[in-house]
Order: sequence, then structure tokens, then C-alpha cells
Amino acid sequence: MKLTGAQIIWEILLQQGTEVVFGYPGGAILPTYDALVDYQDRIRHVLVRHEENAALAADAYFRATGKVGVCMATSGPGALNLVTGLANAMMDSSAVVAITGQVASHLVGTDAFQETDVTGVTLPITKHNYLVMSVEELPQALTEAFYIARSGRPGPVLVDICKDAQQKMTDYTPISEVKLRGYRAIKPFPQNIPLLLQRAKELIDQARRPIILAGQGIKHANAHEEFRQFVEKSGIPVATTLLGIGVLSEEHPLNLRMMGMHGEAYVNQAIANADLLIALGMRFDDRVTGNLKTYAKNARVIHVDVDPAEINKNVPADVGIIANLRDVLQQLTPMIEKRTYPHWLEQIAEWRKDTLSHDIMQMPLPEDMLIAPQVMRLIWEATGGNCTICTDVGQHQMWETQYFHHTRKNQLITSGGLGTMGFALPAAIGTKFGRPDEEVWAIAGDGGFQMSIPELATVVQEGLNIKIAIINNNFLGMVRQWQELMHNRRYSAVEMWTPDFVKLAEAYGICGLRANNVKSAREAIATARAHNGPVLIEFVVEKEMNVFPMIQPGKSLNEMTRRPIQPAALGGGFDFLDAQK
Amino acid sequence: MLIDRIEAQKNPTKHTLVAIVENKPGVLNRVASLMRRRNFNIESLAVGTTEDPTVSRMTIVIDASKTNAALVERNLYKLINVIDVQDLSEVPSVVRELALIKVRTEDAKHRGEIKQIADMFQSRVVDVSLNSLIIEVTGEENKVDSMLKVLAEYGILEVVRTGRIAMARG
Repeated sequence: MKLTGAQIIWEILLQQGTEVVFGYPGGAILPTYDALVDYQDRIRHVLVRHEENAALAADAYFRATGKVGVCMATSGPGALNLVTGLANAMMDSSAVVAITGQVASHLVGTDAFQETDVTGVTLPITKHNYLVMSVEELPQALTEAFYIARSGRPGPVLVDICKDAQQKMTDYTPISEVKLRGYRAIKPFPQNIPLLLQRAKELIDQARRPIILAGQGIKHANAHEEFRQFVEKSGIPVATTLLGIGVLSEEHPLNLRMMGMHGEAYVNQAIANADLLIALGMRFDDRVTGNLKTYAKNARVIHVDVDPAEINKNVPADVGIIANLRDVLQQLTPMIEKRTYPHWLEQIAEWRKDTLSHDIMQMPLPEDMLIAPQVMRLIWEATGGNCTICTDVGQHQMWETQYFHHTRKNQLITSGGLGTMGFALPAAIGTKFGRPDEEVWAIAGDGGFQMSIPELATVVQEGLNIKIAIINNNFLGMVRQWQELMHNRRYSAVEMWTPDFVKLAEAYGICGLRANNVKSAREAIATARAHNGPVLIEFVVEKEMNVFPMIQPGKSLNEMTRRPIQPAALGGGFDFLDAQK
Repeated sequence: MLIDRIEAQKNPTKHTLVAIVENKPGVLNRVASLMRRRNFNIESLAVGTTEDPTVSRMTIVIDASKTNAALVERNLYKLINVIDVQDLSEVPSVVRELALIKVRTEDAKHRGEIKQIADMFQSRVVDVSLNSLIIEVTGEENKVDSMLKVLAEYGILEVVRTGRIAMARG
């Protein structure tokens, strides 16, 4: 079958099961957009308002569906705008295929109009990339890109295609099997897995204060059920990473919930005192460990990951297993004994009690004010937890993890490793296409939301029923918190003027609401949920409030900064700022 | 004898990795980018063709006192174009480096002395001019280092070294 390169692109997307492409046209990708006219009945193209959001939406689409997200842009500025989104996908291991136009092959290297060495620029932030100079190379490269993106540890793959390679014709036969010389989804390292599992079992048998550290790898291996069985048989409590939220219900009695910099105090206390860490599909990020020198220093470590380069990277493993988590759990669970750890769990319950005494939601609050944790609780209560939440980056993101209990699988979509502000709205767009029947909430701060305002137009144009919550404290809250706690409150470039968000929403034809106390917040959420269409709610919250507890950078897990038990001066000057050890 | 002793010396902090990679555009860039991005310290990197025209062979020397060689190996494996990685530090192997050294010669007496030194190092004089000689030397880095030390007495004008290449014995 003779087809143009542009037609081949769409044929391969169809073959790979692509249903939606997030993109933005331009000169060097024009032939592909021309061919799209004949394919738009089979593939939906979503016109974003900035290419970065195409990449972020594709990333979120993958997280919502497990299917490769696809984004598209033209050469030069178009492709460069994808960069932050691709880096986000790389850090959080999201399978994304980015297709970019490149100047015609005879112009490559001449500084032609809108030419950029995109494969050079994206080399360190993609799992792999391709520069396709001729139409003959195209089928192989693009098919491989999908395989590489979704296999092993998922990641983004960029395919940069010269304009003439899109225009020229070639004989096309679909490639059914990808054969790569070097790449294997899991590299066969010389490991004696049965022996390693036996050693892991022995460590588990000996442990008196074990804890499981659960990461996103469990989700990528689709091993939720195997994981639950392992947890229940072993009787070992679980702490999750930010991206590991949702691998086990947060209402499960053994789920202690999120660990790390803003994890609840008792979770980090449990890790600091553990004698065995069972790390599953997580990578000991610095936000999780704090100071590595003192991190869980009495604990033996079992580390299972699909990526060989993660074992012994930050925390040395006594038993390191490079394998698919599902396979490992299926083999390990039958080997271990059914146990309970009453003393250990009692101790953790004790710490938990202490944590609750520091909880702001346990403290009396004036009725005429609103704090962000209340907003998270109200959304949780109103939806019964039956929704997907896309958060941005910053204080609200951490409060969401603390005050919204995720009971369903993969309910939270958030930017973890890269911490990309402006993620929430494009992520909600990608999520809504992946889960059209789901209630989708984008929760963003006033800073992050102002980075993605243009996508409101996409929401309207695509007719997406997305609920948007803006947590407005007129500050870049997390940066302000760091300046307060670590820079003696020398506020520098953190105060933010914001537009009238309600009028802004109305300008886009979106229902806009505002709330500034619990009562109006509850009503606004109810109104938003009843409305069949997009709604934006501005929650005007307490300006200077801090996320506690906090492990400051470089500090150890047990050096948390806690919230004072009694906030100073309730009433007149409500002050959360007195951070004490 | 001198040379044998130098050959036998092994520098324990240096780790030799050999990566067999697909011979495609940009592969060297990918390997170099990985080293920089991960903050790996490399001593040398030598690339060349092999018996199979579709693959190239890279010999990477790592300062193991600064960089964990096992992590380098595992990260190399993550590159799609890397077919195989061998750690030659753990197996008996032949290790060589080639250097060209241009030495100042003031008179015929110097020339004679330098020629003698070259012979002792089992190396060759490959170019002669009125005021200089070029010597070609192959061997392990220590041998090249020693030779440079000796020749420094005469005045070294220019040096180029290839970096280590290596192959497992047997």
C-alpha cells in the first residue's frame, strides 16, 4: 500500500490504539495535519493553547488509562514548548509519544526557519528519541517509539520527523513485531531470583518492626491485587510515596498513607524506627528520605524495581531484585508466613494519636475563615471520594494528600518528581478524555493556575465537564512557606495579584463561583457538582498558612517541624506561623 | 624488565567498562550525555568500529573512587542503543593505550638518547625533523606516563593519547 509519511503516522497511531492526540499545528507538521482531515473520524485531535499543555495532558492521559499518551507539535518553538511536559513524563515514568515536525531533510543543520535540534534538546529528558530524515525510516521508528514508551519502566519517546519525510510516499506494511537489538523491557541481569526471594523471606521472618514503602511501580505493574494480598498476609504496615497513593486504599487498616517531607509525622516516625524496609516500585527520592546518612539507619532493605539503575542508587539494598513487581509478589506472597505485629502497630497507633493532636482540623477555627485543608475535606465529603483529582504543585498539593483519603485505584494524578506548576488543568483535560464518565477535579493554587489559564478555552471548545478549584491565598504559598521557615520571613517575589477569577471564568463562558468560608465553600461545591458543565470555584483561603509537618531539606525524618498544638492567639490575630520542633 | 613491572601494575581505582553499541548517529552523544547528566566521572572514552560494521565498541574508564561503576553499567543498559556492557575490571584482560609524543631534540646526541629510551619502552620513532622527534608508544597508561616523565627532561612539545581500549583475554 503506497502512503505518504503523514498518512503512515496516523495509520500507526490507529494500529497502536490511539484515540486522542493533544497537539498544535504549524509549518513543519502541516502535512500531518492535512492528513488528519481524513482520519479525524477515527482519532480525536485536541487543540491545546500551548504545546506544554499537550505534553502534560498526554502524560495525564497515560496515568488515567495506562495507554500511551500522544502529543504533537511543529518544529522549533512548538517542539521546545513540549520540553517541560516531556521532562515531567520522564521524572514520573509516564508513557508518552511526542511527534514533532522538523524542517525538510535538506535544510537540517542550516538554521532554517523554525529549526531546532530537538533530538539534541530532548536527549536527557526522554527515554529515547528519533530523528526521521526519510519516509522509509518512519514506520520502524514510530512503531518502536510506542513499544519503548510503554514497556519496562515507562517513559516519553520523541519522534522528530522531517517535513519531506511526511510528504513523500512509500510502500507501507504495518510492523507487527518490534525487534530492538539492545533494548529489553527488563534487562536480564545475572540474578538468582529464587535465591534473592528466599533471602527476602528470611529478612521478613526476622523483622520485628517492618514497613513497606509502596511506589508507583505497583501501579505500572498493575499489581494492586497482588500487593493487597501481600500486605494482608504479611501484616506489615504500608507507607506510600506521593505517586504511590492509590496502590492500596487509604482506608485500609494497614495503610499508614503518605511518607516523606510532608507525610504525617507518625508515618515518618515509623520509617525512622523500622528494622526492615520493603521498597516496592519506588526510588528513594530525596523528598522521601530526607538526610540519607540518618535515613532508617537501623533498617535492612529489600528493594524491588524494574529499573536496574534504581537499586543501590540512593539507599543500599541488602536484597535488590530487578524484576516485574507483579511476578515478584506472586512468588513472594506464598513463601511468607501469615503474621501480625501487634506491638509495632500499637506503637504506630500511639504516634498517630500524637499526630492527630497536631492536626489543624482538630483545632477550633473561626467560622468566618476558610483554610485549604477544609476545602480538600469538603470535596472529599461531597464526592464521597468518587472522583479523580488532578492537583498542581505546592501547598494545596500536599494538603490534598493529607486531607483527601484516596480509596480507589489511581485516583490522584499529580506531578511528582518534576514538580511542574501549571499541571492541574491540562492534566484534568487529559484525564477527562481518558475517563469520560468520571467526575474530574482540577485543584490548583492561584500561582499554578495562572500558568495554565489559556487551557480554559480548550475545556470549553472540547465541551469538557471539569470542575476547577483554585486555592487562592494571593501567595506562591510553598515558596512563601520556605521563605518564612528558612529565610527568616524575608518574602521575595511571592505575593501575587490575581484577576477576578469568577469574571475570568465567565469570560470563557464557564460558570464561576467564589467561596470564603466553610458554608459558602460547601454550597459552591454542591452547585458545581450539580451543574452539567465546567465550573470554576475560587476558594479564598487563609493567606499565610503552612503545611505541617515538614522535613526541611537535608534534615532527618525525626527532625520534623511540627505544627504547634495550640495555635497562638485564636480570634483577633489568627497565627499559624510559630513553627516549633 | 622495567616495562613488565609497569604492565603488571594495576590501578585499583580505575574501572574499565566496554559498551557494545549500535552504530547509529548520535550514540556517542547519548553516552556522553548520560555521563554528564548523572555526574559520573570518566577518565577516558574511546570509540571505534568492530568486526561487525553495525556495531561500535566504546571503552569507558571510570575513576571508581568518585563514581560507582555498577551504577554506570546499569545506566548504560538503559540506553536503547546499548547492546551489551562488560566490566573488564573483573576478568583478565589486555589493556592498551596509544600515544604520540613530539620531543624537542637539540642535537644528534639528544636524538640518540631519545631513540634509546624509545627502544627501552619498545616504542618507535615515527617522524624525525631537525628540532624534534615523534615517538609512537603503546601500552597501559602507566607505561605511557613513565615514558612521558623520562622524556620531559628533553622538552615535550606535543602529546596526544587515545584513551584506554581493552579486551577480555581468552
